[in-house]
Amino acid sequence: MPGITFEPKLNAAAPSIEARGLTRRYGDLVAVDQIDFAVGHGEIFGFLGPNGAGKSTTVRMLTGYIPPTAGAITVAGYDLLSHPSAARRHLGVVPEEANVYADLTVRQNVMLMAELHGLPKERRTQNAGRLLEQFGLAERAGQKGRQLSKGLRQRLMLCMALVSDPDVLFLDEPTSGLDVASSRLIREVIARMNREQGITVFLTTHNIDEADELCHRVAIIDKGRIAAIDTPQALRQTVQSRRSVEVRFAGGSVPPAEMLDFGARTETVRLAHGYRVFGAEPGHIAQELANRATSHGFRIEHLYTLEPSLEEVFVHITSKGATVPAGETNA
Amino acid sequence: MPENRPYTETFLWQGRAALVVAKKNVMIYYLKPPVITFGVIFPLFFYLAFAAGHAGPVEAMVPGITSMALFFTASAVGPLVTPWERQAKTYERLVTSPASLSAILTGDVLAGMLFGALLSVLPLAIGLSATDARIVSAPQLLIGVVLGAVAFSALGVLLSAPASDTPSQVMMLSNLVRLPVIFVSGVFIPLAQMPAWGRWLAPLSPLSYSADLVRVGFGETRYFPLWVDVAALVGFTVAFLWSAHLLHRRTRDRAL
Repeated sequence: MPGITFEPKLNAAAPSIEARGLTRRYGDLVAVDQIDFAVGHGEIFGFLGPNGAGKSTTVRMLTGYIPPTAGAITVAGYDLLSHPSAARRHLGVVPEEANVYADLTVRQNVMLMAELHGLPKERRTQNAGRLLEQFGLAERAGQKGRQLSKGLRQRLMLCMALVSDPDVLFLDEPTSGLDVASSRLIREVIARMNREQGITVFLTTHNIDEADELCHRVAIIDKGRIAAIDTPQALRQTVQSRRSVEVRFAGGSVPPAEMLDFGARTETVRLAHGYRVFGAEPGHIAQELANRATSHGFRIEHLYTLEPSLEEVFVHITSKGATVPAGETNA
Repeated sequence: MPENRPYTETFLWQGRAALVVAKKNVMIYYLKPPVITFGVIFPLFFYLAFAAGHAGPVEAMVPGITSMALFFTASAVGPLVTPWERQAKTYERLVTSPASLSAILTGDVLAGMLFGALLSVLPLAIGLSATDARIVSAPQLLIGVVLGAVAFSALGVLLSAPASDTPSQVMMLSNLVRLPVIFVSGVFIPLAQMPAWGRWLAPLSPLSYSADLVRVGFGETRYFPLWVDVAALVGFTVAFLWSAHLLHRRTRDRAL
């Protein structure tokens, strides 16, 4: 194909992604209900939520696959609804449950996306070669898509999304169902591209650890509404009641119940090898636990305080339908 | 807000995207051995069937068979492309690429047009080499083949609009529409010799106009004026593409 290289200018002043009052209805069902958020340049933004919470619907609106019922979307400085093609020239997308073209080779799949993004021949050849190398697909460049395992296909889809050097990368469950090695490689490459090239990443995932490891900020969506947006660290701190102390007694001894009772605002859970006491003041609980163990003649083998995991924050918010108070979010 | 790009730039860019989509379709869907075989076998079968049951001179069936083969081949794969993409889960990524829906549909039409026009050479070649049929007006024959291929391919793309990821369902709908079109289009009997009801229905079929041009190309008497044939084929193409755009957009907007 002849190279026509009209490069739309990127508006550096605007956030990479901005959604205002974004709403999507399917008949009477409100799948996404007036959500607002902005994702800055070079940010990895996690979008978490239980099944049916509205994650994929949100991504499909942000990538222009479906229009919102109401609201506005700005991507890479472009109004997505009035300039969809110009905006999408700055995007790389790996949709949920997407696939590669089974009858094209690995290289042809990548080159096709590069051509659809209007890359000149030299640049698409360079980019394709570099990405296939990075994702460990160079030796399989001549293989058909149908010959690849699920993990390799997912790597190829990332190559296809990245070949146009996008400013914004949308990843919908990119490591779902993959083996450890592929998941790890994908996470490493995403982190490296964000670090070295400043690419903005919008990541939806069920894997809370993945979000915790990769994301600068996360949003938790529940029943179509944003329940919380903040850094993983700040979100953990918002759920004070899920701070805890974990204790294990020597020889697996079982202490009397009153020794582990710290009042109505705490909760004690028995683990396979020990106990975890949840409470807002884990330092105080740990100190008191040590005193009680001494007085009851128990020897402590391990004792440490824990901040809540992002998974616990997620479960706390989504299971109770709780919305973190406005002062505790950082939207 | 970034500046709006000039219309010509967008048009050129999307035109290029349409060519990429057409290339993709040719590589993935049209160059499959079963599809090629279908395109070759079908016209041969037509000749054998007609030769066995046709009482008139053999060369008289060449324009009809050429037109029918063109119609079948140009509209054969188009209805299946989108359902195949949906089934293979490649559709969402294609649609979220910078190629607009218009560019994607235009690419689909181009690929079908190319397939139909190229494969129509086969029945033409058989007719010219094995019968006494002779081309009298190559330009009119060419116009009939090219404009017909575009219109039939656009019909195929329109038929791909239903929200289905099951190609067999779309194939049934496709045949339900395409088969009746043949019987009212003067490919079996010249339009002037058809009964009154046939002559009333014939203008509703794009194949009537393409077949008319092909017949004139082989030296037969025209039924419609040249400008009517051309205007009708262009009009059908625009109407099919516009409807296809509308229906594809509606299907997507409902996230089906």
